[in-house]
Order: sequence, then C-alpha cells, then structure tokens
Amino acid sequence: MIAIVDYGMGNLRSVEKGFLRVGVNSVVTSSQEIINTAKAVVLPGVGAFKDCMKNLTDLALTEAIVRSIEKGKPFLGICLGLQLLFSESEEFGRCKGLDVFRGGVVRFQEDGLKIPHMGWNSIQIVKDNPLLKDIPDNAYFYFVHSYYVLPDDRDIISTVTDYGSAFTSMVWKDNVFATQFHPEKSQELGLKLLRNFGVFAGVI
Amino acid sequence: MAGQRLVRREFYIDLNCLSHVYIEWRCSALVIRKHFRLYYSIMLAKRIIPCLDVKEGRIVKGVSFINLRDAGDPVENARFYDEQGADELVFLDITASHEKRNIIIDVVMRTAEEVFMPLTVGGGIKTLDGIRGLLKAGCDKVSINTTAVNNPDFIREAAERFGSQCIVVAIDAKRVHDSRFEIRSLEELPEWLITSEELKDKLLISQPPAFSRQPSALWEVYTHGGRKPKGINAVQWARYMEELGAGEILLTSMDKDGTKDGYDLDLTRAVSESVTIPVIASGGVGNLEHLYEGIVYGKADAVLAASIFHYREYTVREAKEYLKNKGVPVRITN
Repeated sequence: MIAIVDYGMGNLRSVEKGFLRVGVNSVVTSSQEIINTAKAVVLPGVGAFKDCMKNLTDLALTEAIVRSIEKGKPFLGICLGLQLLFSESEEFGRCKGLDVFRGGVVRFQEDGLKIPHMGWNSIQIVKDNPLLKDIPDNAYFYFVHSYYVLPDDRDIISTVTDYGSAFTSMVWKDNVFATQFHPEKSQELGLKLLRNFGVFAGVI
Repeated sequence: MAGQRLVRREFYIDLNCLSHVYIEWRCSALVIRKHFRLYYSIMLAKRIIPCLDVKEGRIVKGVSFINLRDAGDPVENARFYDEQGADELVFLDITASHEKRNIIIDVVMRTAEEVFMPLTVGGGIKTLDGIRGLLKAGCDKVSINTTAVNNPDFIREAAERFGSQCIVVAIDAKRVHDSRFEIRSLEELPEWLITSEELKDKLLISQPPAFSRQPSALWEVYTHGGRKPKGINAVQWARYMEELGAGEILLTSMDKDGTKDGYDLDLTRAVSESVTIPVIASGGVGNLEHLYEGIVYGKADAVLAASIFHYREYTVREAKEYLKNKGVPVRITN
C-alpha cells in the first residue's frame, strides 16, 4: 500500500485512480502514521508553493515526509511535489521548501512564452532511471506549471524538457523520484510510469 | 482584386529540434512581404480538444457509432476520444434545472476512473464550493463565463484558492459592426462596471469602430450563449481576466459558432497576442484546414471543436496527422 499525501490541494483522485488502474492500492491521507507505515509515499500537487508548504506544516506532515525519504522509502513527487523538495522558491516572495535537494524554484522568464507552460511536451532522457523503463526518449507528457526547478547537483537531473530553454522535468536520486509533468494525466505512458513506480516500491 | 496573383507558401524549418523558424512568404503583384517569426516553444504540442455537451448527465446530439455502445454516455465518449489521442476533454454542462446540476459531478467521477487526461468542466459554475466539488471529483480545470462577467473578483478568489492553472475563463465574443454599433444602456452593463470609472475606461466599448470596408477589429463580450451583450471589449476583457489570475482563455466567436466557416481568426489572433496565457480557439470549425488556420493565423495554443468530431466527420487522429503533415507540432499517439 502506498500513501498519497493529501494537504487540501488539487486533484488527488486522478493519482489514486491512476495507481488503481495499474494494480497498485493507494490511500489518500493526511495522517502521519499512515505515511510512516506505507511502503511508498507520493506527494502530488498543483497550486501555489507557499500555500502548499503552509498546509503541509499546519498538518505537521513535513517531518513525516522528510523522514520517510531519509529512511530510504520509495518516494514520488509530482509537479509541485517536485518543487517542494527543493530549498526555496521565489513564488510570491521567497519561501522555504523541504530542502531534500539543494536548489531553487524559478519562474519562466523568456519573452513570448505563454505562461503557464500548459500542454503536452516531450522529455529528453539525460540519465535513465527505473521509472522510465519502456518509456521512449522524447515521449510526450502533460505539463501545467509556471515555475521550474534549478538543482545545484546536476547529477540528479533525469530528464529535461524544452520550453524557451531546457528545464529539468524529472529528477532522481536513490529512492526519490519526482516529475514536473503529470503522469496521472499523461494517458498510456503516464500510467506506465506509475506502474514502474509500483514495481520499484515492490507493491506490484 | 482582379489582376492580382496571390501566392502563399508556408513551411516550418527544424533547427536542432529546439526551435523552429516559421517563414511566411506572401507575394502579389503589388506587395512583397516576408515575415520571419521565431517560434520558441515549438516542442510544446498544439492541443486538439474535443468538446462534449452534457445535459443532465447525457451527451446531447449523440451519434451512434460502431465503437460506441451508448452514444449518450459521456464516459463512453471520453474513452472513444482518449483512444483517438485527444489531448484534453471539455465537458460543457448545459443542464438547465438547478436540482440536476450535481449529476455532472458523477459524470466527472466516472470519467476520471477511465480516462487519464486533462478534463475541463464548464457551465453554471457560480461558487468556490462548486469548483472544489468538481476538482475533488477528478476534474482538472473549470471554465467560467457568466459568473466572471457578473463578478470578476470571483476569478481572483478562485485563482488564489485553487491556482491559476485550473481557472479557465470562457469568453463569448461578437464582432462590433459600424452600422449596428450602439452604446449599451446602464441596465445591460454588469453592476461592478458602472461603479468603477477606471474599469469603464479600461473595458467599455464606447467608440464605434472607424468606418472601413474591412471587418472591424472590435469585439463585444456576450453572455447567455450569445444573447446578452455586455458592452465590454473582448480583447481588454481577456487581459483583465489574465490580470486577475485566469490561467487560460477559451475564446468562442459567436459570429462563427455553428457556421462551419472556420474560426474568427482576427479575434483569435487579437486575443492571443494580447495575453501571455494560453488561448483555446473555439467556434466555427467545419474542416481540418480550419484547425490549421486557428493555430497558424489565429496563433491559438489549442483548438477546440465539437461537431466535426462528434458527428464522426473526422477523428482526432486524422486531425493530428493533417496538422503534422503541414508542419504543426502535435502529439501523435500509437
């Protein structure tokens, strides 16, 4: 069983149903105990960085999440769930993140770009990881975001995507995976990625 | 334009798969022009979005088709479009009766179990709780039209609460004609507009367009499916909605809607060039060339169509292959 962290933001049902479709049982939860006992943790999310951090802190979930990552539990961050792993974001003034990875979260700046970056864009694999098994290079995934991450440690970058310039669309380090795109909204290939996470977590 | 030859050629050139240069040559006996335009975000696919009208939980105008067991079931239709590789789906809820409005929640819940792509619901959304209910059921974006015109602050509140990415503002716009121009009476204007001089300056259409033989470049916002004029300049309205936090504009030309004549390209382009959020073109699609025009001349980020897909005149896959062959970046699925 895996825990999908619920902190009152966004559409969690699609994540849950996506896992269910590939044969992974999950529970949408804001309970520390369930996060502590789950075999894997998924941190989804859309919305504003600051509100999400505030909600996580108010629900006393930041520690449970960071602890489960440190213990080596498989972890998947989606969209804002990727950005929250970083040190700080510039969204609505500076705001501290979970600081699992060193680096910042910045807004798309180039002239002439439509923001949010919304729609289907392709991912270029720079470093293969277990979640990308059977997913071809340059495959299309669904994105909705206005900010992107700038990791200090370039080694954690797993895929990049081009929007004005190349940005990090997936990171991976040991047990921690996180995507800027939404696998739960990316049809077949997205479900494949969720399935690969289930396999990695040993729940399939 | 007798005696003039018009030659038009368009093509895309791929530069290291990173950016494309779109070159348009227009030559005529009188005018030779070249436009060079750098398309930065070319790897972001242009989206094809089928729209489904849902009334009391059933698809209206359903056509029986061999792959569909029940042409009136929204979930069956959603699955059908999913198989064809649609990029997103829009459900337009046209349920009139207040008591039956919650049926759409059930439709969204069932759809979200079957189909894993972005889902937008529009029609009759009036409260933050209404939005929350839809998002919880598995919908990703809501499209708001009349409520935005009646109370623009609702867009601000909704964007602050749920994030801009899930707030789509739908705009129904109609071209203002010189001969038919009239200044709207106070009763026709939304209340919030009457009380603010600043917003009046910014949004009201108070001048008739300059007389010319060309169609005027001025459009008015309408509500109630094109029945109620609001005296608001549609392009300025789109900018204002962006300012308040809208994440996307769904733009429908009321002149073109239902005509199968193609999008209002001037309108689409005018709005698309004035905002920095994505614009979905809607209203008037009759063939695949219209989709192409909406993207290339209208500069739309996504194109929405109802009847050409609904009546199985074209599949989404055919549309994408057509666009791909003409050099438009689209996502082709296997």
